[in-house]
Parts: sequence; C-alpha cells; structure tokens
Amino acid sequence: MDTVQLIIDNKPIVVKKGITILEAAASAGIHIPTLCHMKLEDLNIENKPGGCRICVVEVKGRRNLAPACCTEVADGMEINSHSIRVINARQTVLELILSDHPADCLICAKSGKCDLQDLAHNMGIREIHYKGEQSTYREDTSPAIIRDVDKCIMCRRCEMMCNEVQTVGVLSAINRGFTAVVAPAFEMNLDHSVCTYCGQCVAVCPTGALTEVDQTSHVIKALSDPTKTVVVQTAPAVRAALGEMFGMEPGTLVTGKLVAALRRLGFDYVFDTDFAADLTIMEEGTELLNRLTRFLNGDKDVNLPILTSCCPAWVKFFEHQFPQLKDIPSTARSPQQMFGSIAKSYFAEKMKISREDLVVVSIMPCVAKKYECGRDEFKVNGNPDVDYAITTRELAGLITLANINFNRLPDEEFDLPLGESSGAGVIFGTTGGVIEAAVRTAYELHTKKPLPRIDFTELRGMDGIRQATIDFGGFPLNIGIAHGLGNARRLLEKIESGESEFHAIEIMSCPGGCIGGGGQPYHHGDVEVLKKRQKAIYREDSMKKIRKSHENPYIIQLYEEYLGKPMSEKAHHLLHTAYFDRT
Amino acid sequence: MTDYKIHVLICGGTGCKSADSDELKKSLKQWIDEVGLEDDVQVVLTGCFGFCEKGPIVKVLPDNTFYVSVTPSDAEEIVKEHLLKGRVVQRLLYRDPNTHQQISDSKGMDFYKKQMRIALRNCGFINPENIQEYISRDGYMALGKCLTELTPEDTIQEIKDSGLRGRGGGGFPTGLKWEITRKSEADQKYVVCNADEGDPGAFMDRSILEGDPHSVIEAMSICGYCIGASKGLVYIRAEYPLAIERLKIALDQAREYGLLGEDILGTGFDFDIDIRLGAGAFVCGEETALIHSMEGKRGEPTFKPPFPSVSGFLGKPTNVNNVETFANIPVIINKGASWFNKIGTENSKGTKVFALAGKINNVGLIEVPMGTTLREVIYDIGGGIKDGKEFKSVQTGGPSGGCLTKNFLDTPIDYDNLLKAGSMMGSGGMIVMDEDDCMVAIARFYLEFILEESCGKCSPCRIGNKRLFEILDKITSGKGEEKDIERLILLSNVIKDTSLCGLGQTSPNPVLSTILNFRDEYLAHVNEKKCPSGQCKSLLKYEIIEDLCTGCTLCFRNCPVGAITGERRQPHYIDQSLCIKCGVCYEKCKFNAIKLT
Repeated sequence: MDTVQLIIDNKPIVVKKGITILEAAASAGIHIPTLCHMKLEDLNIENKPGGCRICVVEVKGRRNLAPACCTEVADGMEINSHSIRVINARQTVLELILSDHPADCLICAKSGKCDLQDLAHNMGIREIHYKGEQSTYREDTSPAIIRDVDKCIMCRRCEMMCNEVQTVGVLSAINRGFTAVVAPAFEMNLDHSVCTYCGQCVAVCPTGALTEVDQTSHVIKALSDPTKTVVVQTAPAVRAALGEMFGMEPGTLVTGKLVAALRRLGFDYVFDTDFAADLTIMEEGTELLNRLTRFLNGDKDVNLPILTSCCPAWVKFFEHQFPQLKDIPSTARSPQQMFGSIAKSYFAEKMKISREDLVVVSIMPCVAKKYECGRDEFKVNGNPDVDYAITTRELAGLITLANINFNRLPDEEFDLPLGESSGAGVIFGTTGGVIEAAVRTAYELHTKKPLPRIDFTELRGMDGIRQATIDFGGFPLNIGIAHGLGNARRLLEKIESGESEFHAIEIMSCPGGCIGGGGQPYHHGDVEVLKKRQKAIYREDSMKKIRKSHENPYIIQLYEEYLGKPMSEKAHHLLHTAYFDRT
Repeated sequence: MTDYKIHVLICGGTGCKSADSDELKKSLKQWIDEVGLEDDVQVVLTGCFGFCEKGPIVKVLPDNTFYVSVTPSDAEEIVKEHLLKGRVVQRLLYRDPNTHQQISDSKGMDFYKKQMRIALRNCGFINPENIQEYISRDGYMALGKCLTELTPEDTIQEIKDSGLRGRGGGGFPTGLKWEITRKSEADQKYVVCNADEGDPGAFMDRSILEGDPHSVIEAMSICGYCIGASKGLVYIRAEYPLAIERLKIALDQAREYGLLGEDILGTGFDFDIDIRLGAGAFVCGEETALIHSMEGKRGEPTFKPPFPSVSGFLGKPTNVNNVETFANIPVIINKGASWFNKIGTENSKGTKVFALAGKINNVGLIEVPMGTTLREVIYDIGGGIKDGKEFKSVQTGGPSGGCLTKNFLDTPIDYDNLLKAGSMMGSGGMIVMDEDDCMVAIARFYLEFILEESCGKCSPCRIGNKRLFEILDKITSGKGEEKDIERLILLSNVIKDTSLCGLGQTSPNPVLSTILNFRDEYLAHVNEKKCPSGQCKSLLKYEIIEDLCTGCTLCFRNCPVGAITGERRQPHYIDQSLCIKCGVCYEKCKFNAIKLT
C-alpha cells in the first residue's frame, strides 16, 4: 500500500506514504509555518535540519511536539497543527529567536523581504518576554557579500547551499550552544576563503544575515556628476525577474519598462549585455570551432572539451578547486566584461569620451559580478572596464528611490549600437542558453549551411546535469550542461576520470542559471518562480527578429569597424582573459 | 593467579592513579623484593574498586584485607608486617564512621554489603592489561558459546528475555535494538560502543574500560555476530587516556589470541574494533551526534527517524550501545536470561552502576540491583551525609536529571520510578546535597553546564536554555521577581516539548524539579531577597554584632577591600557598599561577632 490515512485538524486525508506532515498538511490546504525549512522541488534542493522548531505540531500519543518538516506521516496519525499547546510553543520559540536577533528591522537591508519578520507578524508577536544577552559577531565585508551574522538564526540554509548544492564548503556551523553560528572556518573573512561569491547563500538567507554589498550610492554619485557619461548594461535574466519587485507575476517580461526606468534614472546610454553575449558567442564559438578543427585534423594536444567562462563564480570555483583544468575553459571574457571593454574602447573612441569620464554600470542578477569587475585583469591603468555592478534587487531600490512608478512606465527601446541583440544573447540568462546560442552560430560557421531549426529543446530544462549530441554536419558534437557548482564538480570529475567525453560544456553556478542568481528577487523557496523566469527568457528569444549572434548587424559592424575578425589580435586583447591557480 | 600465595591488588583507576598508586606499586614491589617474597606475592594493578573516597585502595588476597588511603610510604609496613608476618596493619584499615569499628574484610563493609557487581564484576579484581586474567574469570566464554552453540536469533532472544535496557540514559530494550539492526539489510553494518560519558561526576564507563576492557570487546563481538556486522567502533573521549591505553592493549591482545580479526575461534566469523576519539562534547553522547562526530562532521544530533539501527555510521545500519550495557552481555549469556531477569524490578532488570558524589561520606562507584531504594544507596552504601548534616536532595540522571527530596528516599530505583518522580536514570550520576546547598544555585549550576554543552542546532535549546540561565542568575543575584518563577516553568516546558534531541528535552529538569520540590527557596530568593542556605553571595550580608565585637582589629586587618572600619577596642563596622562577601572576616573573628544574614 502506497498511501496512508491520517487526520489533520479533524480532517481525514489520504496521502502518499513517505511524505512529511508538512507536505501532507499542504496537500490538505493547511499551512504550517516554517522557518529553516526550504525545498526547491525538481532541483533536488532541500534544507530540513529540523532546527528552528517553528513547524512543531501535536501528534496524538506522542510525548513531545513533532517538527512537521521532518516527521513522516504514518497510518492513523492524528495531528493538530494549531492547538493551544502548539501555538504557545511556536510563539515561545519565535520569541526566543527574536530575543537573540537585532531589532533593527526599520533599517535592515532585508526589511519587507525577511522570512523572520513575516513570521513574527503572522504569529502575532507583540512583545518579547525573554530578554537577555544577544550574540554578537564580527561583521565581514567581502567584494560581493556582507555577513552580518548577528542576524543569523542558524537555519543552515546557506550552509546547505554552500556545501551540498555548490560543494564549495566555505560556510558551516561553528562554536556551540548560544554562540553557535554559521561562518567560514575559524571565523575568517569570506575573501580569505575559497568562496566563489555565487551568492546562493544570499539567495536563501531568511534574514538580513547575508546580503550583497550595496553599490547604489556609487551609482547615484556617478549619475549626478555632470562631467561623467554614464552608460548602463543590463543582463538578460534581469528583465525576466525585475517585475517581481514591483508586484508583478513571476515570469513577466519587463524589458521595455526596464529600459524606460534606466533612462529616467539618468543613464546617458541604456545598453544591453545581450549585445555582449552575442559578441561572446562570436569569440567563444570561434574558439570552439578552432579547437574542433584541430581535433578533427588529428591534433591530440587540443584542449577539449571547451568549457564556458561567462560565470564569474564558476571561474573562481575552478581556479580554487580544479586549477589543473585552467587551460580548458574558453578564454573569452564574460559578457559583462566584454561589454565594459568595448564600451571603454570602441564606444568611447566613437563618442570621443575619455576613458576616465566614462562610467560603466551593469545591472546583474548576480553578486559575483561585483567581484568580477574588480579583478585586476579587467582594469586599464587601474580604471575598471565595468565600474559598478548592481543586482536586480538594488536596481529596484534605485527605481523606488527615484519615485519612478515602474508599473506605469511605457516600453522603450535600448540605445544603439550596444543595445541591439539577438535571441541567442537573451537565452544566456538560463541554464542551457549559452551553449544553445553557441551551437546556433558555430553550426552555421562550421557547416556553412543555414540551421535546419533554431530551438534546441534537448539542451533546455532544469535537470542538474544534462547531455545531448548535436549533429554538426555529420560530426556528432557531444554537449554537457551543468548548473549548480556541485553538478559542475560531478561533471568535471567524470571528465577527469575519462568516464564522459564531451566537446563543449556549459556551466552556470546558480541553480537554474542566471535566472536563479544570487542578485535576483528572493524566490523564498518557490521553484515555480525560477521556472517562470526561464519560460520568459525563451519567450523573449522567440519574439526576436534576429536569433543568431552572428546575424546581429551591430556585431558585424563592430568587427568591420574595429575588431577585424573573431580571435583577432585586437579581439584577443580586448575580449579574452587568462585564469590563475588560486590554491 | 594460582602460582602465588598472596596477591596484592592495587587500584589502578584514574582516581587512585592520580593519588600516586603507581608509586605505591613500585614501592611495594621494592619491599617485597627486599624481604625476598617475590616468588610468593604477586602485585597487580587492577581497575577501580569503587571506594574512591578513601583511595588509593590496596586489597590483599586471600584474606580480603582492605587497606584505604594507602601512600607509598606505607609500603614498607604492609610488606614487613602483613606479608611477612601475617599481621594486619590496623591503622590502614577502614573505620566505619558510625560504629567507629575497624573493618578488615571488605565484605564486612556496608559500602560493599548491598552491592551486586555484574558490570563491575572484574573491576578491582583482575589486571586489565592481561587477557589471561579475564579469560580465567570466564572471559570470552560467552563469545565462544554464541559462535558455536547459539544462532544470532537465539542470542538476541536471550538478550531480549533478560530484559536488559540501555544503561546510557534512554533505557531502550537492548535485545530489541539488536533485532532491529539485524533486520536492516545492508552490505555493511557497524557495532558502536558509546564511551563518550559526559555527565559531570559520572565515571562508570571509564572505570569499566580501565578495569575490564575485554568485557566490552567480547560483548561488541557478540553484538557483531548477532546483527551481522564485521566492524566495531569505540567512540571514547580523548580525556580518558588511561581507558584508551588499556583498551588498545586489550584489543591487541584479543587479536593476538584470535578473539578479534578474521575467522574468530575458527567459526568463520570476522570482527574487529577500531577506536574513535571524541573531543569531549556532552552532546556527542547522543547517538546521532556521536555518529556524525565519528564521520568527521560537526557533532550535532539529527532528527530520528531514521534511527541508527536503520541508517547510522556512513549511512549503514549501526547498533549503538553504552559501555555499561555491553559489560552486562557476557554475564547474561553465561548465566542465562532467566538468572539475570530475576534481579531487579518488573520493567528494569539487572543492576545499575551509580557514581555516588556530593555531600556523602562514601564517594565512589557502586553497583546495586534495580529496585534498591535511594535510602539504601545514600545511607547504607554511601554512609550517610558528610559531617552529620541534614540530607536535602539527591539528583539522579546527570545534569539534566531532577532533584528529588527526602520524600523519595524510599523509592525503589528503576527507570520508570525515577521518571515518575520527575527525574531520570540517565547514565547513573547520583549527586547528594545537604542543608547547605541552595537549590536555586544548583539549578543555575546545571544550566551553566548545559549552556556550554548544547550544540546550538535547535532554537529552544540554544536560546531557551540561555534565557533560563539568565533568569536563574537574576534570582540568585537578588534581582528576581515572583513572576520569574512562572516564566521559568513556562519556558522549561516549551524547551522540553520542542527541542530536537534528548539534551534539550531534559535540560530544564533541574529547574522544574527544584521549583516543584523547593519552591519555598525560590520564593525566599525573590520575595525576601534571601538565600536560606547562605550560598548565593549576592544575597548575603556580613554584619558585626556590636555587643560581641572587642575591637581586636583582626577583621579590619584582613579585609581585602578595606570595607571594615573602627577604632581599636571599639566595635567595628562593615560598609556594605564595599563588602565583596568573601567571608574572610567571618572566618577570622575569634569572638563570633560577625553574623551572616
């Protein structure tokens, strides 16, 4: 028998065997409050340490209360999810948590988006009966992430993401008793650790203990400086998520409103990272074809598979964890950095603006991009190609600050020349998108024939590791895709052991790709939000007139006017990079 | 042991060793050689005798003479008088504190009269570093019997029939645990011995491993045979170096004798044991935390189910038993379940070892049949309260047990009765308190321990216990209010009801039981700002009784903070705002002119 019968809040229900009380209650429409628990269905991500004890329920015949998130249903179970005993326990436990939490909600970065704040509101906490010492820890600021662990409630979500999902292993519980907290080993700073700044800890933190480094004030300062020309680029995943910050349904595309908002904020030129994504395809695709041609000509030393290099957290990950593979990834810079480099050379020269007077701001779904634009190899005489990278969330803050009614904005178009993009550039925002974009271009360049189809659905989806073989004009091209660094690790280990043979692999650090980035609006554990964003990305692609990077007329113009051809010396200088062993 | 005429047993437990029993042994040997008795007298360093109050202990066989508080300088007399001339050294004999009679034979001591030693059967009797001495006391006979005569099912049935329950605290039926682990299917299973022993003052597991390590090894092998495991692990805290050392010696010897390793006794059964050292965290006595610690992870508990018997060490079925539980197994197999289950009460069979401590005359390690009353333990075996003071309370079950009053003195000790009384068996700590102990301060003391030992994983234990401690601290420092008592009860009940593991589910017990049994003391603290036992320093006041003060200036000269003023030959005065309540004046005054209020 695969089902069990039980009674919850006097309601008899039949549910699948093996599920938890929490899941059974949800199926019966009963919401049991939780705090530490988080489950991203289909991504195999679940955090249930059973630590917060908010979800406790009364089970008849049981001595103590049962945590609904961990307790499996059993036949004949009688559950009360809101008896006086349960409510008293829940409120007391919550008061205890609040008694060890700074009450600075009014000025907390997480205010309004905080799971703990919501819970306190929903549980009707009006007074904290327990007062006493509060645990305090050193604040830690890194290039991308701020740890204010006085606000840590030991939910362990970040620890689970960092260890189980990303296999980076920086964050774990340290100390014991009242002083227990999640931190890097020996409470060292994040920037002394192997942290990749993927930001998945930030994405799941229920409180303000982990947040991104806020750079909006720098952006405001640049915008208000009359001597500066400020250009902005916006990453593909931003348009599929920003609307959520203004109450829109997840998956609402707000590209036109986004452009309008940026223009109203005072940016002189509103450009698109998608343009740079098309440029990336030109370079990376050519690099792939070069390596493939050498391989097909019998060159045994050629570095295959080629690995994508768009994701800065992934780059830092392999520099720390797989330095022996540092010659395998494509040398192509990420779209953010290609954009910055072209903006401060080609565009600046075209507009006769000195490099120093041009400020490049990027809007990113990512916190690692903050770290990436600060890397030394992306600076010219100390002047960075990209000055500031702010997240989707920070942009929403700026829009609100500037009194812009986002929902009522008209749809506007990106500026030219760096605002034109193909559908291939758009799909960079989701797992599988970069490689699909590369295939669209590489196929035509390799076979010199038009693609029989544009959508490669076999490359799409949410499975952590995917593989597909594409007919490349008679040559079977083996493609691997991984999202989440733990999946990336597994894939790399397969390659190292010789178990799998791929020609090209796409890796994105965040589950779902950039749509699930650490700088995106909080998903609060709802995987549907990510799926809807992914659908929106593909919708935008399908609506584009141009869907292949090499057909973007402004990319063609850029090569004609400035770069020559892909992988040229100039292109190499401006658009490629090198990697370092960080062990 | 047969070649010698006389055996001199010296306690080599940690307590007596730190009181120089190694030196004593050396000295005795020297004198024995000197007088030429080396072929007649054997000197053996054994495990703990249990009578730690008067260590180091020396026992002379065959006449069973029991010497207490023996120092290396006593060796000469013992050898020359007792061993050479057969004259007992009277001054080293134990003197009964009540009858003042000297007792020569340990069998005549009240401390041993009511004891029944099963788990401790070999402690203080054999040399734990010699496997032959264990074998000569029926050692490894049970293992042989199981491997050659009994099926695993038969053995498990025997353990089930014996009624043995886990001695580590939970009291889960041991046979049932083995059966569940046996039924869990897996390519590898593990037998784990929990020797983490974290209760302050408890040292029975240490003593067994120090005094009789083979009994645990034998039992683990039997368990491995029953559940289908070829690998055993002893998780022991690194603070037990002597136990670790003796266990290592015992493991090597057992391997040498073919009692561990491959094809044990030619039966085809393979089993071996490794040692895993713990860092001494109390919570690692909880079996899931223990397993995580052994796996190299943070020692914190996880939700059960799955139980270790289904998914334990490295995800494989794992049977975790405590040291004392294992020590009972060989005896049960040898003497039979029907012998064992006649000892004890209806639902608690056999004996229990207790670490007797606190304000009691005979501090030490004892083993009594279940059903023995607290009164028998405290007054008969323990010799009553120290210095003729009044008994106030006894705390059983370690830091999270409850404090019981004299109303419970006639309660027969077993798992169920202690639970009913608001305490628990725990691993067998038993701390006796007298009239001078403040029960609020005691509760605060235990909470302080819990605070350091909570892993911090679940909110009620991490923060709740901290708040309990803070409220108790407030009360003992004279800032408490009556409503704090109700707050303590409310919070304690929520912590018990919602905590993740046994540590948090029991940690408020000292608070609840002291409020239940000694509410008057709490009320005196919060309402009258007085500590009836005079223990809470913040509530004490030293005052000089003018009429009795001679103005000798002794207190004035000794006060470390200059709080006392007064002219010579005139009554002195204590400035309460400066007084740090150190009590020096009180001790120094020769005229009883200082009173404590």
